[in-house]
Amino acid sequence: MYRYDEFDHQLVNERVAQFRGQVARRLSGELTEDEFKPLRLMNGVYLQLHAYMLRVAIPYGTLSSKQLRMLAHIGRKYDRGYGHFTTRQNLQYNWPALKDMPDVLHDLATVEMHAIQTSGNCIRNVTSDQYAGAAKDEIEDPRIVSEIIRQWSTFHPEFSFLPRKFKIAVSGTPDDRAAIRVHDIGIQIVRDGKGEIGYEIYVGGGLGRTPMIGKKIADFVPKEDLLAYLEAIMRVYNMYGRRDNIYKARIKILVHEIGAEEMKRQVDAEFAEIRKTGALHLPAEEVARIQAYFAPPAYETLPDESTELNKAVVADRDFANWVKSNVAAHKVPGYAIVNISLKPIGGTPGDCSSEQMDAVADIAEKYSFDELRVTHEQNLTLADVRKKDLPAVHAALKAAGLATANINLITDQIACPGLDYCALANARSIPLAQQISERFADLDRQHDIGELKINTSGCINACGHHHVGHIGILGVDKKGVEYYQVTLGGAADEKTAIGDIVGPAFTEEQIVDAIETIVTTYLGLRQPGERFIDTYRRIGIDPFKESLYATH
Amino acid sequence: MAQHSRKGAQIQALTANRLADGIVVYLTADNRWSESLQDADVIEGKEAGEALLARAQPAIDGNIVVEPYLFEVVREDGNIRAASVRETIRQAGPTVRLDLGKQAELPGVHR
Amino acid sequence: MQLIRNGKFVADDFATVGDEDALPDGAVIVSLERWQKERDALTARNTLLGVRLKSGQEPSAIADDLDKLAVVALEFPVYRNGRAYSYARLLRERHGYKGEVRAVGNVLRDQFHFMVRCGFDALEVADNITPEIWAESVGVFSLSYQPATDGREPVLSLRQRLAARASAREAV
Ligand code: HEM
Ligand code: SF4
Repeated sequence: MYRYDEFDHQLVNERVAQFRGQVARRLSGELTEDEFKPLRLMNGVYLQLHAYMLRVAIPYGTLSSKQLRMLAHIGRKYDRGYGHFTTRQNLQYNWPALKDMPDVLHDLATVEMHAIQTSGNCIRNVTSDQYAGAAKDEIEDPRIVSEIIRQWSTFHPEFSFLPRKFKIAVSGTPDDRAAIRVHDIGIQIVRDGKGEIGYEIYVGGGLGRTPMIGKKIADFVPKEDLLAYLEAIMRVYNMYGRRDNIYKARIKILVHEIGAEEMKRQVDAEFAEIRKTGALHLPAEEVARIQAYFAPPAYETLPDESTELNKAVVADRDFANWVKSNVAAHKVPGYAIVNISLKPIGGTPGDCSSEQMDAVADIAEKYSFDELRVTHEQNLTLADVRKKDLPAVHAALKAAGLATANINLITDQIACPGLDYCALANARSIPLAQQISERFADLDRQHDIGELKINTSGCINACGHHHVGHIGILGVDKKGVEYYQVTLGGAADEKTAIGDIVGPAFTEEQIVDAIETIVTTYLGLRQPGERFIDTYRRIGIDPFKESLYATH
Repeated sequence: MAQHSRKGAQIQALTANRLADGIVVYLTADNRWSESLQDADVIEGKEAGEALLARAQPAIDGNIVVEPYLFEVVREDGNIRAASVRETIRQAGPTVRLDLGKQAELPGVHR
Repeated sequence: MQLIRNGKFVADDFATVGDEDALPDGAVIVSLERWQKERDALTARNTLLGVRLKSGQEPSAIADDLDKLAVVALEFPVYRNGRAYSYARLLRERHGYKGEVRAVGNVLRDQFHFMVRCGFDALEVADNITPEIWAESVGVFSLSYQPATDGREPVLSLRQRLAARASAREAV
């Protein structure tokens, strides 16, 4: 993975010093809250329902064991012994004190981590595919270009006060695991007819109160021009994005208002000008330098079949179930990708205790080249595990309470913090996810239901990706009482779709039954081999409406 | 959202977050800031609400607390309870982690 | 209000005049509207001139007049509105403007660094800004990842020079 050189270290240390000064000025009263708020927000520090919250960037979701141990340490020392992994591959602490924040950032900097641009109207942490480097159909490791973008966007002088926040995601495979079409910019790595690698660019996707799917405005941006092209998009957005209304300030609204064609024309014109100066031309040597950090680890030459694995699958039903749902194919024979579910039945999606972080760090160190990933579905991934080690990895995960076998099944839900933590929330999300997972805890039933993604957000900001859940749940407030609105048919992959609202919202008492009704309806109407989303696309919303509301 | 500013609110208390550590606090009758809602000064009516906000001002200016606001409460069996789900969670802690927050740390705090 | 020009605290030798105000003697900064209406009268005065652009008034509106202007003042109606960063870069890099580009409006210390990087060489700042605060804020980051208008060598090219030096040493 990428390692800081002296320049990266210096910049992050200067940032820590700057924030230390800002916090001191606030605590001494030199800065008022109004003056300080934008400064703390540039560093991922929010004031939440119970306390401050700190959002730590995990660039494109890649972590070393050492970094994860530091996150565990910070959780213990400055927080309440846990952290929350988010849909943006970040980690949030829910209880740190403001006065400790400079020390937290200092500790993070010792392991090459920071909270830079994890909030504010700037270019946020770039997200990517958790299978980067290991996926079979990968055109190029997306972390290379993600790191290049991370550096270019860090403290960008022109784009630190954009109309609104700005999120970029990169996918290196045709299967999109990074939800690139619901980001402000989505980058799909492609290969042209001559075998050259370049980038397909989507712009104007986003969730929030006005969900939109990104529009493709470039089929192939050559590698050396990527930063010039991104700078062109950013400049058009910075100049013409709306600043009169916070709800219309995202780039998706600009693209929607002027149209994708016009957006493309303006970006192309700006790109042509920027390109002329050559200042952002990306030298092949720099790409190579960064690429070298993401060179494949020292894979052994192994037979693809592992007798240890085959034996264990037969001997241990729990293990077999876990392999079936949590283990994915690897590009190298004899290796596998292991997904660690952070969705235990009845647990909080994305939460991980400091002890669990330490355990995962040990497992990654021992079995996966010292490295791991955070997924946008709030799970963790060990990308390079030998198949013959899978039984040992499973046993170690089980000991840490991390062997839940449910990846992509109905209990593998995304949920935002909701009203249990979030000051903006209308309703709770986590208890709902917990009740749903308890209702569908039976594993045979989960496998029978098959792939089904339930995403829950506690308010219209959509941090829980409800618009793109196969089943989406949105918490709404009706006169101080929590209600839940359901959408169906959303998807965040290469066939991205925004879910359709099924009808009037449900009460807290009704919602879990309603989900079960939806599932039962699907099971009754599906054709062989169909997943929920396939059935939904075939039959539409009406049968679900009927079964949900006919009896009411 | 904004359940704390619902119209027609009658009985209210004032809450804020402590600047240095962010912890939720309530303004008491003798102008202290307590972590427990049970210690909060409870007032009635719009004018009394404004007076309560005015009493919070020195602590804002003095950088003791931030983001003060009034919210609706009810009195029940001698206890003060928040009227909304939001403020109930805020005065006790997350409903999904009963081992955390005031519900775990302070005697006499319930949801 | 104080003026910092090229890092020095100086007396403002320009008067910013409203659209209805009578023109004083000496150098003035006028709005785009007044400039467009009174261009001939203003240029006939034979004093230094500046135009002030509001957020939303793009530099292209004065592109043909730049040789007549000693100052282009770009307004930050609120520090959160970052449009003028792009305007400043366009003035310098696209239109080749060599005169003064002045940041006016809600210009805060935590933005000085970014403004200078984008080509502002003059800033109208609050009275509580001291030379010490200026120095600390403008120099908050000693390195930059990306090229901008200030011509600072980005990290990327520092790395390349370092690598070139290392390989030259190896070759010896
Ligand atoms: C707890 C403090 C949080 C606050 C105050 C917050 C605030 C917001 C707001 C205001 C939006 C809407 C932005 C817009 O539409 O322009 C948003 C969107 C979003 N947030 Fe959060 N959020 C929080 C936590 C989270 C968490 C925990 C996650 C991940 C689980 C997350 C991930 C996202 C995502 C993915 C979106 C939608 C994508 C988009 O920007 O269009 N946020 N957030
Ligand atoms: S969706 Fe709403 S409730 Fe959930 S984390 Fe985002 S802002 Fe908070």
